[in-house]
Amino acid sequence: MLGEGIVRGLAETARNFLGSFVSKERLTTVQFPEERLPQAEAARDFPFLVYDGEDWQAGMRCVACQICEKECPPKCIFIEKSKDKKPDALGRAQFYPARFDIDVSVCMSCQICVEVCPFEAIKMDTAFELSTDDRFGGLLWDRQKLALSDAHYHAIHPTDAAHTDELLAAEKAKAEARTKAAVAKASPAPMPQPPAPAAANEP
Amino acid sequence: MSSMTETTSAANDERSRKLTAGISEGQLLEVSMGPHHPSTHGVFRMDVVLDGERVVKLKPVVGYLHRNHEKIGENNSYLASMPYTDRLDYLCSLTNNWAYALAVETLAGIDVPERAQYLRVITAELTRLQNHSSVIGFLVQDMGASGTPLMYAFREREKILDLFESLTGSRMMCNYMRFGGCRIDLPAGWLDRAKKVVAGFPQFLDEYENLLGTNEILMARTQGIGALSRELAINAGVTGPLLRASGVNYDIRKVDKYGIYDRFDFKVPLGDNGDVYDRYMIRILEMRESIKILDQAMCDIPPGPIMDPKAKIRGFRPKAGEAYGRIEAPKGELGFYLISDGSGNPYRYRVRPPSFVNLTVLEDMCIGNYIADTIAILGSIDIVLGEVDR
Repeated sequence: MLGEGIVRGLAETARNFLGSFVSKERLTTVQFPEERLPQAEAARDFPFLVYDGEDWQAGMRCVACQICEKECPPKCIFIEKSKDKKPDALGRAQFYPARFDIDVSVCMSCQICVEVCPFEAIKMDTAFELSTDDRFGGLLWDRQKLALSDAHYHAIHPTDAAHTDELLAAEKAKAEARTKAAVAKASPAPMPQPPAPAAANEP
Repeated sequence: MSSMTETTSAANDERSRKLTAGISEGQLLEVSMGPHHPSTHGVFRMDVVLDGERVVKLKPVVGYLHRNHEKIGENNSYLASMPYTDRLDYLCSLTNNWAYALAVETLAGIDVPERAQYLRVITAELTRLQNHSSVIGFLVQDMGASGTPLMYAFREREKILDLFESLTGSRMMCNYMRFGGCRIDLPAGWLDRAKKVVAGFPQFLDEYENLLGTNEILMARTQGIGALSRELAINAGVTGPLLRASGVNYDIRKVDKYGIYDRFDFKVPLGDNGDVYDRYMIRILEMRESIKILDQAMCDIPPGPIMDPKAKIRGFRPKAGEAYGRIEAPKGELGFYLISDGSGNPYRYRVRPPSFVNLTVLEDMCIGNYIADTIAILGSIDIVLGEVDR
């Protein structure tokens, strides 16, 4: 019969429409600004620089090796290496970024910088709603704006952060074993160890 | 390829001449459809010459979304091109990733562990589900069924995108696959959620077939419209659902058996007439086959590593040589051709996009039809301009 298909389609629409009053399955709309769904744990938006401890400058893990700057697909990272050195979490003297800028208007949230970083220093944040009326300065984030604590990292990506801590602890143990061996070798005149900064403590 | 297009183009010119015979120049209307036209799915322009409402000539104009994709690929490291491939066909980032990873793996001779192969099949088939469900939604939306069918399709697509987000961190720009495996393993509980979504999918397809499958208006608008002959489809290099709707049994998952597709039991649905209706139905049937593959893959997925230990993230330099990797993307044959000179970035990086090649037969299908059918025909090709223009 002509029109049967149309009637069948309309019946389907009616079933869905009426179903939306009783079934959560059929009412899928979320009224966004008022109602918010929880973000997925793996969610990523823009990168941030992890620091240990309280002071973002002393605890910054980044050693300005510039691998992420080189590997960044849209080339949105700009790093200037420091002239002097500061001790890192393992107590070794390392360079630090005198300047670390990310142009978030160019960044495409691909996570390549996180993957290539050998120091677990850069991670992906989950913050969104970052619009600003200043399209140049407001979207060029400097190292102070990018620096976020390790506690924040643990809060947004708990599984990843636990894994990162394991890696860092393993590296620390290895480094300590190495220094011990070096000390044992040169026992008559032990190497002077740089003092471990308070900020290097694991939170 | 170029001579082939010339032949079809000459044949089309002949058809245009026949259609316009005896009509004075002033009676023909030239319309520039697009680039900003909602039916063109992006920035795509068609120069259409009309006799009344009938199309007598149609020239596709592409390039409005050109962004130097291939040149950027030649100036970036191999790894840095991976997130750019997401942005080719932005509906199916995971299959783009796979095609590129396959090309680089062939080039560098990297193996992929068992579990990663399964992850690739699962994510690629989920991509096919969400691409096909949105394209049938868009197709009927283009034909005037605004709202309901598209929203039903998007409701299902959203469930799959949620799965992608919890796995890869991003709904659409997944950037998930790596040379020699996948980036991260499945989070806890993901497989159960995915199984639930896939188990609910046939119900959506039944619902959709109830909604539109026998709808007289849809049938009148699509049956016998824009028929593409087997010969032309093969000659023009058309691939994917468009080719199979014309009755050619060619699916790279069956032909090449890349990855582990030889382990799964699935059929390749074929059309008879190659018209818009066949292309619409082929996509629904393909989704049913994808569900079969997903059921098998999610049942059999073994534990184990997800990355080849030989694969390097930093300082990746494949030896000099060339490789072509191709897969059956939801839109057709997606291929990446790479030439390496032994340095950290490819010497030549070439994409063989299915949408672009499928678009070459647009004029053949449109000449003689009404202007309103042009939109249905374009919608049934399933183009994404990110891939057409690169």
